[in-house]
Amino acid sequence: MSDLWGGLTQAFWLLATLDADLVEISLRSLQVTLTALLVASVLALPFAAFLVVRRFRMRRMTIAVLNALMGLPPVVVGLVVYVFLSRSGPFGVFGLLFTPSAMIIAQVIIIVPLIASIAHQSLRELWSDYHDLLISLNTTQFQRIQALLWDGRRALLTAALAGFGRAIGEVGAIMIVGGNIDHATRVLTTAIALETGKGDFALALALGFVLIALAVSVNLLIHRLSHTESEGRW
Amino acid sequence: MQMFPLEAKQAIVRRKGKVLAGPIDLTLQGQGISIVIGPNGAGKTSLLKMLHGIARLHGGSLTWACTTAEAQKRQGFVFQAPVMMRRSVLENIAYPLRLIGVSKAEARLRAQDWAGQVGLAHVVKLQATLLSGGERQKLALARALIRDPAVLFLDEPCASLDGRATREIEEILIRAAANGTRLIMSTHNMGQAQRLADEVIFVLHGKIQEFSPAESFFAGPETKQGRAFLRGDIVE
Repeated sequence: MSDLWGGLTQAFWLLATLDADLVEISLRSLQVTLTALLVASVLALPFAAFLVVRRFRMRRMTIAVLNALMGLPPVVVGLVVYVFLSRSGPFGVFGLLFTPSAMIIAQVIIIVPLIASIAHQSLRELWSDYHDLLISLNTTQFQRIQALLWDGRRALLTAALAGFGRAIGEVGAIMIVGGNIDHATRVLTTAIALETGKGDFALALALGFVLIALAVSVNLLIHRLSHTESEGRW
Repeated sequence: MQMFPLEAKQAIVRRKGKVLAGPIDLTLQGQGISIVIGPNGAGKTSLLKMLHGIARLHGGSLTWACTTAEAQKRQGFVFQAPVMMRRSVLENIAYPLRLIGVSKAEARLRAQDWAGQVGLAHVVKLQATLLSGGERQKLALARALIRDPAVLFLDEPCASLDGRATREIEEILIRAAANGTRLIMSTHNMGQAQRLADEVIFVLHGKIQEFSPAESFFAGPETKQGRAFLRGDIVE
């Protein structure tokens, strides 16, 4: 219990004094996760819409695989990305291992299936609404995807936020491909793991509270910016 | 360009093995208002969707005087339960124009004009899903008419509307017909059928039982079922 209390007070002091290390790793956490979220959304959302409007032979199979991949173990993803990016691996020449880019790549792989699955679910309902109208209006496949993405944007925001939640709290994969190097690839989650290992529970808890606060404020901010909570808007 | 006659030959629409409409043999000429009547489940909606080309044919053929692709561009369809896109009323009405590459400003201008014509000018900024039943139908009408279609299919556009909304919609339809839009419409309301019809298509069990000019149908249907239906008897 005293650890918890110590963590809270230390979190307060770290925040109040704007501790340089804390600010650095928090910003890196945000940078990595938001970049990963952006890349993953650009890939996953149109793909989800495509899966909804397009009938093809492997469609069901693709959706099933996508749903299964939601539970992809981050450690395994990290390991595979590590192997690909390591010096002797196929992408070794780019020198990406132990850089924030490597962490972004790993997080994208982890959250693309999650975002695509959730987006697919909600867009499917929208499509069953729109189906007759869009067919009757003689729309192209591209126009249908456009309409779904635009009119379903609130539901898609939820999908993206789910992806953000998974990515910001993720530690297994980015620990492996990032290496938790001070001033280079250390982020909140890997720092927490490190401090816990060292036995500095108060600092670990302080970082943990900061992480939670960060996740909550990003969610609130995005909701505020997109007016999700106001009545009658999408 | 000449679209009519529209000719259906032995056309069949099935769903899960059950025949919804057909085989249909029908030739429609290019003027006036055709009213499709018949009891629930007779295949009115399926017939309209078949003619519009959004129900896949499982047999037979459907041919316009022009190419099918050309014909598709010049048709509109108003569904029984109109689809409200999750946008403002104005954007809903403008959407068909945006699809064919009309600029945003121009599309909005014309949508504004149409909103006025159907009596929705005061709600253009509202989200479409907040509209009442009658307003939804008017929106759907404006959205279908904004591309100035040569043919407009309407699937019971006045179902579950009160007298006033029905009259307003009928006025819009009569105006559209006067401007040269060919209307093909199903209805449950015999009064409406008599007010609007130039010709009547009586459908039962997915087949066309009678296809005749309105005066002769309402004066005395040729078939026994037609007479029973007109009397208000239950036809099965």
